[in-house]
Amino acid sequence: MQQLIQFLQGIGIGNQVLAAGLAILSYSLMVFTFIAVFALIAIYLERKVSGHIQDRLGPMRHGWHGLLQTVADTIKLLGKEDIIPANADRRLFIMAPVILFAATFLVFVALPFGPGAIAADLNIGLFFIIAVTSLVVVGIIMAGYASNNKWSLYGGMRSAAQIVSYEIPVGLSLLIGVMMAGTLNISSLVNAQSTGLFGQGGILGWNFIQNPFAFIAFFVYLVAGTAEANRTPFDLPESESELVAGAFTEYSGMRWAFFFLAEYANMWIVGVLASVVFLGGWHSPIPGDTLIPGSLWLALKALAIVFVQMWARWTFPRLRVDQLMVTSWKYLTPIAFVNIFGVGLWLVLFG
Amino acid sequence: MTQYFQNIIEAISTTAVSFGVTFKHLFTKSVTLQYPDERWEMPERSRMRLYMNWDDCIGCLKCARACPVDCIHITTTKVPKDFDGLGETSGGMKKRLLVEQFDIDMAECLYCGLCTFPCPTDCIYFTTEYEHATYEKGELVYDYAPVPEQLKNDVYEAIEEEKKAKEAARKEKQRQKTKDRSESSDEDNDQEA
Repeated sequence: MQQLIQFLQGIGIGNQVLAAGLAILSYSLMVFTFIAVFALIAIYLERKVSGHIQDRLGPMRHGWHGLLQTVADTIKLLGKEDIIPANADRRLFIMAPVILFAATFLVFVALPFGPGAIAADLNIGLFFIIAVTSLVVVGIIMAGYASNNKWSLYGGMRSAAQIVSYEIPVGLSLLIGVMMAGTLNISSLVNAQSTGLFGQGGILGWNFIQNPFAFIAFFVYLVAGTAEANRTPFDLPESESELVAGAFTEYSGMRWAFFFLAEYANMWIVGVLASVVFLGGWHSPIPGDTLIPGSLWLALKALAIVFVQMWARWTFPRLRVDQLMVTSWKYLTPIAFVNIFGVGLWLVLFG
Repeated sequence: MTQYFQNIIEAISTTAVSFGVTFKHLFTKSVTLQYPDERWEMPERSRMRLYMNWDDCIGCLKCARACPVDCIHITTTKVPKDFDGLGETSGGMKKRLLVEQFDIDMAECLYCGLCTFPCPTDCIYFTTEYEHATYEKGELVYDYAPVPEQLKNDVYEAIEEEKKAKEAARKEKQRQKTKDRSESSDEDNDQEA
């Protein structure tokens, strides 16, 4: 970010504030492009994965093996009519997708793309991400309320209950990485994983393999993170077989596309956070490997987590609301607390 | 409390098993056929589009009578006895009727197969052709009587000739009759006189 500002000043934009503003704008455009392209690829991947898991082929007819299918879908979506229901709360209805997307977008301020490739390497980076992610619930509940539709409101309420519940295991399991690294700063969190048990780099340095509690915490985070991203089997806010499309029922065209973009951006965020806190971030699993750049390793790890989320979607049926609550409050939260205790003990005894 | 830990263990093991099942399916060969490029092989006796082989049809109308929805429309013309331009069926049966029209309306057809059984020459049967979609309903009426124009003309000429011959014969007979009658009446007159 500093270099970007310096670059802008170098090409003749003398005003410090203007240069900073332009730098922020260009970075946001870059992130937006990234989210859009990632959503494009992820939707294609999702359809292919779902197809092959169900012994189908998925999209096949647009481009080579359907590569242009999502492009075609996007063009169709852009051409759709933008409907606002007559009895909807118009202002909130328009604001909801913006707030939801902005909350997701804000996370990218502190989300790394590779070593040093981070907009603002805040000293409370992880805390910032957890705090901002919770804002998503405001967008969803706003969409549900403003639609003036029973199903939408149900979806919004479910989403609120779900995200509030699953924040706790998510936060507690991410705390384990913080305990082990002793910092909330994203870069330091990753760098702390460069050397591990035997002073070796590579996969042995990663947090999730350091002690059994971190290993459990990784899976707790994966489950709770999937719920945070409102993905199946925790997609109760938009469960299409019960609530049409939940909070997003009344939305169409580009507004609906923003909800979708936010969902896929959320998947990416869960993937990156899991790899930053537990899977060694941009460090290669092979010790001393410099062939593949760190950003690619981070992207590969995040994509692997995204794939696991897609895989889970086609493996499990949707949970009931009470099961959802039981999973969070009776199982994941106590396990996360035991993990924190265990990691503390482990660090005192062996650390 | 033991139930609690049992639940956790069960959840983990069932999750692992189900992940394994779906992962296996990720690499099994898909069952999808790319329809316009690839097609299913239809069973030999499947009931799809009806077909009628005009060369074998003797115009007996048995199929049209058997049809419960009257979707077969046949027009036949009887040819003179001495005309043998129609030829024979593949089974060696002599054709006595010119099948001028043989339309099957596949939009009405209910695929019962009742028309195929009574056919004495086995010339009406189901094919495995199943793509019936058309832009107009009228296109679903299939015309299975490709009557050559020459043959049609020949038949009509023969019929015309036969008609003329019959007419001539009838007139001849009439004249004979009137002549006989007049002769006999003359005789009567003679007798009276």
